[in-house]
Amino acid sequence: MTSADISILLPEIFLAVYAMGALLLAVYTGKDALASKIVWATVAAFVVASFWVAQNGEGTNVAFGGMIIDDAFARFAKVTILLSGAAVLAMSESYMSKRGLLRFEYPILVTLASVGMMVMVSAGDLMALYMGLELQSLALYVVASLRRDSARSTEAGLKYFVLGALSSGLLLYGASLTYGYAGTTLFSGIVDAAGHGELSLGLLFGLVFLITGLAFKVSAVPFHMWTPDVYEGSPTAVTAFFATAPKVAAMGLFARVMFDAFGGVIGDWGQIVALLSVLSMFLGGIAAIGQRNIKRLMAYSSIAHMGFALMGLAAGTIGGVQAMLIYMAIYVTMNIGTFAFILSMERDGEPVTDIGSLNMLSRKEPGKAFAMLVLLFSLAGVPPLVGFFGKFYVLTAAVDAGLAWLAVAGVIASVIGAFYYLRIVFYMYFGEDRDGIDGQMAPAAWVCLMGSAAIMVLGVINLFGVDGFALAAAETLVN
Amino acid sequence: MTASDVIFYMFSTTVILAGLFTVISRNPVHSVLWLILAFLSSAGLFVMLGAEFVAMLLVIVYVGAVAVLFLFVVMMLDVDFAELKAGMAQYLPLALLIGIVILMQLGMAFGVWQFSEGATDRIAAAAPAASEVHNTKALGLLIYDDYILLFQLAGLILLVAMIGAIVLTLRHRTHVKRQDILRQMYRDPAKALELKDVKPGQGL
Repeated sequence: MTSADISILLPEIFLAVYAMGALLLAVYTGKDALASKIVWATVAAFVVASFWVAQNGEGTNVAFGGMIIDDAFARFAKVTILLSGAAVLAMSESYMSKRGLLRFEYPILVTLASVGMMVMVSAGDLMALYMGLELQSLALYVVASLRRDSARSTEAGLKYFVLGALSSGLLLYGASLTYGYAGTTLFSGIVDAAGHGELSLGLLFGLVFLITGLAFKVSAVPFHMWTPDVYEGSPTAVTAFFATAPKVAAMGLFARVMFDAFGGVIGDWGQIVALLSVLSMFLGGIAAIGQRNIKRLMAYSSIAHMGFALMGLAAGTIGGVQAMLIYMAIYVTMNIGTFAFILSMERDGEPVTDIGSLNMLSRKEPGKAFAMLVLLFSLAGVPPLVGFFGKFYVLTAAVDAGLAWLAVAGVIASVIGAFYYLRIVFYMYFGEDRDGIDGQMAPAAWVCLMGSAAIMVLGVINLFGVDGFALAAAETLVN
Repeated sequence: MTASDVIFYMFSTTVILAGLFTVISRNPVHSVLWLILAFLSSAGLFVMLGAEFVAMLLVIVYVGAVAVLFLFVVMMLDVDFAELKAGMAQYLPLALLIGIVILMQLGMAFGVWQFSEGATDRIAAAAPAASEVHNTKALGLLIYDDYILLFQLAGLILLVAMIGAIVLTLRHRTHVKRQDILRQMYRDPAKALELKDVKPGQGL
């Protein structure tokens, strides 16, 4: 351990020290009265850390004997995680304080979860992977049941905890099988031991168990059962967080394990990931049709989107990883905007989640309704908007990698999925005139909604250069 | 079969049986006791591996603290475990089927199990040779030197667990009298006490 190792990890250390400092400050002074200020300080800390990560370091740096890898891929994922975390915290502040849920531990737990996510995406060792994953998951289990007087929220936290523990167990089992075969927990050692072409049966078992654990974290079918219940039961602001940063982190970790540790045997895991992808796309598209609760609907929507992102991973090429990263960045942006809107859905001061309450929103709130229309079209992947380009990149990568059947399945699933997004648009513009929502939007949430809708339209010019960064990131990961 | 083989199979059979009875015994107190037996037998396995420090840690921490804590919780919580386990019989056939299929697959995998080239060397290279340094020293070198990052991350995880436990359970109740030690100590005896000179045989 040298100062060079520490300097590579400085943004993570900064956030961890910030979290502990804020915790001490709040406990010994104002407690929950300070919560609002801590939320804004955390937003600032996230933005500072993301610029730090983006500016700091060139090329690939390895720290702590290979346990931490800081490369363009890790930096891309970390910036996405931190910025989306900052946006979600900013728009959730007014929602949480209005419902009396804004406790000073909330931003601190989110910060610690983000530290775990940053470790996840730059993990170069099975043990570092597990530590990052547990740090993230444990903090998320707690925030899921933050509304502890509500049975739904408690159920969400408990369900998430029990199933998460089970998946961690499977992941650990896979890790120990892999370690037993390879004799090392370092990804660089595993990739040497795995070799090229034929995979030993013992290592294949380790790989399958590892994929099972990771698929649970990205909520890919058939390990998705927890998602709708947890999304519905958690406070909406927490759901917004679940749907954004942790998904990027889990996807980044998935890609890192697959390419860094099993990069020589793409054929072996490619088919498993392709199967997960096609199942997720179809289940996410079909199961959401019957949902009238918008939070459950977004849960199935995120399952379907994870299916598309996994399609990029299944391609196993530079283009595939680039497409996956672009897809995740776009997905996170769309979800931030959509959840900013969902946070403002209330009637007589009570939050509503039924999509029927959106009837004829266009007459009352034309601006908000139009922003939602853009976001929903983009989520569905309707051509002129940015969401279409995300799908386009992924489908191209799949076709280039010879997975044309997967791309065809993706197009069919996306057409099925378009139905439930467009149904909401139908309600907003052509629904029957009934009592709808009447809530006011907090300024930060309004900025998030309008900003993300504007990105969906303006991004079609050049995607704000994200594809270039994603390409650089993909090239460092795949070689 | 050497003596160490016999002892190994004895301990490992006990671990598996104790684990099984932990899950299926009707009385939760018995479950915890079986769990303690499983911990003790695994400690025996660790001793056979030459990891006596970990073995003692297992006995002291898990048997001495964690399992006893479990026992307290199980005895103090009024949970009808029989009712909770009623669902188990319903799902048992399916669970058994899945379990047996996975067991057979794993059996096939371990039948042809092989280590990668040089795996045993790599495993041995990670830690100092057992004959040269003490167990405790070797662990210290690994935890506080090579794996300091993981150690610190584990600390962060424990911090999250602590914050989580407080967030989910601590309630600031009003209408509760709390002890204020400073107020107690600085209380003026002159105001709180009254001395009466009681004459013998008279009473108050």
